[in-house]
Amino acid sequence: MYAQMVKTDAARVKSLDDMAPEERAFQERIDAGQKIEPKEWMPEGYRKTLVRQISQHAHSEIVGQLPEGNWITRAPTLERKAILLAKVQDEAGHGLYLYCAAETLGISRDEMYEQLHSGKAKYSSIFNYPTLSWADIGAIGWLVDGAAIMNQVPLQRCSYGPYARAMVRICKEESFHQRQGFDILAKMVKGTPAQRAMVQDALDRWWWPSLMMFGPSDDASIHSAQSMVWKIKQNSNDELRQKFVDQTVPQAEYLGLTVPDPDLKWNEKKGGYDFGEPDWKEFFEVIAGNGLCNAERLGARRKAWDDGAWFRDGLTVHAEKASARRAAKTAAAE
Amino acid sequence: MSSEWPLWEVFIRGQHGLNHRHVGSLHAPDAEMAINNARDVYTRRNEGVSIWVVRSSDITASSPSDKGPLFEPSNSKVYRHPTFFDIPDEVGHM
Ligand SMILES: [Fe+2]
Ligand SMILES: [Fe+2]
Ligand SMILES: [Fe+2]
Repeated sequence: MYAQMVKTDAARVKSLDDMAPEERAFQERIDAGQKIEPKEWMPEGYRKTLVRQISQHAHSEIVGQLPEGNWITRAPTLERKAILLAKVQDEAGHGLYLYCAAETLGISRDEMYEQLHSGKAKYSSIFNYPTLSWADIGAIGWLVDGAAIMNQVPLQRCSYGPYARAMVRICKEESFHQRQGFDILAKMVKGTPAQRAMVQDALDRWWWPSLMMFGPSDDASIHSAQSMVWKIKQNSNDELRQKFVDQTVPQAEYLGLTVPDPDLKWNEKKGGYDFGEPDWKEFFEVIAGNGLCNAERLGARRKAWDDGAWFRDGLTVHAEKASARRAAKTAAAE
Repeated sequence: MSSEWPLWEVFIRGQHGLNHRHVGSLHAPDAEMAINNARDVYTRRNEGVSIWVVRSSDITASSPSDKGPLFEPSNSKVYRHPTFFDIPDEVGHM
């Protein structure tokens, strides 16, 4: 997902009886559905896991602007350009809400940027694929934001208050993102055969990476089990992937597209689709930094940060001078 | 140089007649920029008619461990609630 394979430091999931009184009281509050707020006591593992998950989520929103930003100057109409600008601006907002939520756990914004720029922190694998045609912008909104929604809706009920509240704001904005993407494709499939072919090509390239967003099966993962006990994860990766496929395949059919999976078949008994396994070797390569665009994406982020240094510094100096001037004026008036 | 901009808490009045409500925080070099940034980050869809920003470091909060002693005194004073008193039906609405 936007946060994939988040580690918890847990060697095993403790039972209530194994816990010290403080930790037990904490777990009981979570079990009772209460929210944990900043500065309240929490196990170090819970804090660290949340920092990893929220910062990774934030980095994904920020890096996620890049593939779409690629098409802002080339959008086919002024209206599409304005819509895409608004969408990409929302993603910047999402990143900012999430960085703030992470900061309540005691990590600074600069530390998080440092972790992103040095390659220590991860962001979603999906943003390391290139956007080759305008249909890719449609496919991203429809599939990538669609997959993100699957994951973000349950996160609104996450046990950590600031994260849950950031998710509420984000979810309100996401359906605009998904619809604008679908609308791009719905328009293109009514166009020329060449335009329809562009849409099919986009689906062919984005389908499997979108399924990979949910991460490999985590039914046996100790980290996922621990995250579920802490209620910072609500559904297994396979559950969410199944939901996504079930929701998306009929939409692809509506568009007259072919999902590029020979194993895709409706399964009456389970009331859902059977589908093939994504290429997990490719996924791990992308996560390890060897995707098509990893170097380009990180390079763009680093450049933006370095090129902006003089501006950030300038505003800081201006603020300091203005505040000194105000202090001198007040002193003179006294 | 390159020190981090200070953190600001953002409060927004959603509609005329409502209180300002905390919506989140952001970094900005000064109050003026904090307001500008808050406009972009927190009111892209007409969410507000007024914004307050205050430096996070200027906020004093009650400590979570004081929750019991701090709020207990009001718990024990049930007579502060109108439902504490039995008013006969004949008296009508009160
Ligand atoms: Fe987003
Ligand atoms: Fe997104
Ligand atoms: Fe989005």
